[in-house]
Amino acid sequence: MVRLADLHPADAKAQLDKIPALTGFGRPWVKPPVLSKARIAIVTTAGLHRRGDRPYGPSAKSTDYRVIPGNTPASELVMSHQSVNFDRSGFQEDHNVVFPIDRLSELAREGIIGSVAEYHYAFMGAAPIKELKPKAMELAWLLKKDKVDAVLLSPV
Amino acid sequence: MGALSHYLEEGGIATTGISLIREHTEAIKPPRALWVSFDLGRPFAVPHDAAFQRRVLLALLRLLEAPSGPVLVDYPEQAPHTDADEMEGVACPVSFGGAAEPGDLGAALAREIEEIAPWYDLARQRRGRTTVGASGVSVEDAARIVGSYLNGKASETINGLSAGENLKLAYEDIRAYYFEAAGARPGSARAQEILRWFWFKTAAGRAFAQLQKVCLASRDESAKLFASRSLVPNVIQRELPK
Repeated sequence: MVRLADLHPADAKAQLDKIPALTGFGRPWVKPPVLSKARIAIVTTAGLHRRGDRPYGPSAKSTDYRVIPGNTPASELVMSHQSVNFDRSGFQEDHNVVFPIDRLSELAREGIIGSVAEYHYAFMGAAPIKELKPKAMELAWLLKKDKVDAVLLSPV
Repeated sequence: MGALSHYLEEGGIATTGISLIREHTEAIKPPRALWVSFDLGRPFAVPHDAAFQRRVLLALLRLLEAPSGPVLVDYPEQAPHTDADEMEGVACPVSFGGAAEPGDLGAALAREIEEIAPWYDLARQRRGRTTVGASGVSVEDAARIVGSYLNGKASETINGLSAGENLKLAYEDIRAYYFEAAGARPGSARAQEILRWFWFKTAAGRAFAQLQKVCLASRDESAKLFASRSLVPNVIQRELPK
């Protein structure tokens, strides 16, 4: 996994069908500071949220996100993604498989990155991608307020 | 995911992202992406292997040092095989007597949940956490919601949500409960084996296969949406009786 050749032909076709919607973006390029000075946040499309947060709704067009404070205990993280076509058992065993907050914190303690953001964010990752723009721009503004220089994106 | 990269960079934030489907990333051309050969759902591959996760994370972060882009790099390591990968013919480590009460799948589901409890409790104790709980109700209550719907009663709801939303959350928690329990047995099975066990060897699998039929036949659009999109994985659907 996962090149399309490895998938069942029906699943590969479904993935291929998405490609036309994936084109036509510009070429924005932000140069971050050196890694040892950079403040990093995680943005995942795994449908994660804290126990007790509003679960993700059934609409595939949903573009809302959930906030995951960096000090959220792993025991408070749950997943309510609408898709059933990805493995959840890795996350069930160890949240770092999807949300590598412990590894990121270790890199900050060792001085390899500057610092870890105070807040991280999760989407459900099924929305039509062009409809994500307003929420993504809102997120960029929030990340700047948290003095974040760069984001690592973790899909499922 | 690649679209978020473009939008966040437009908003002034540098990004670097894991790519799980290389062909999508080639099309969308995000500024920086690291293609990994891991299973969908496992962007950092290996549970409890901090060294492996760290290597992936460092490779991902190093892309932020690229002078120009777009950058798409293939991560060279495969996810290591576990001992269980070598155990041919291991269907699943957990076996329960869920075959009884064929006429009442809701009751069979409730009883099976009770039978599995020791393994679920062990998993929770070992991991120090559980991912059961998206619905906010107990797994027993989640099973009651499913049982009620199977029996033609849909009165039990969580926080006034639609039938489809209720069932989705109940399913999410029951499935997590079974998968966590199955992972606790000695010689834990691979994810695909647990998936097949859940769908083809348990009362839960039979209950949810039946639930799909009930929902698709109902007039409730939320239940239909749940049953068609968020219940049976494609890889399993192809093997279920029509």
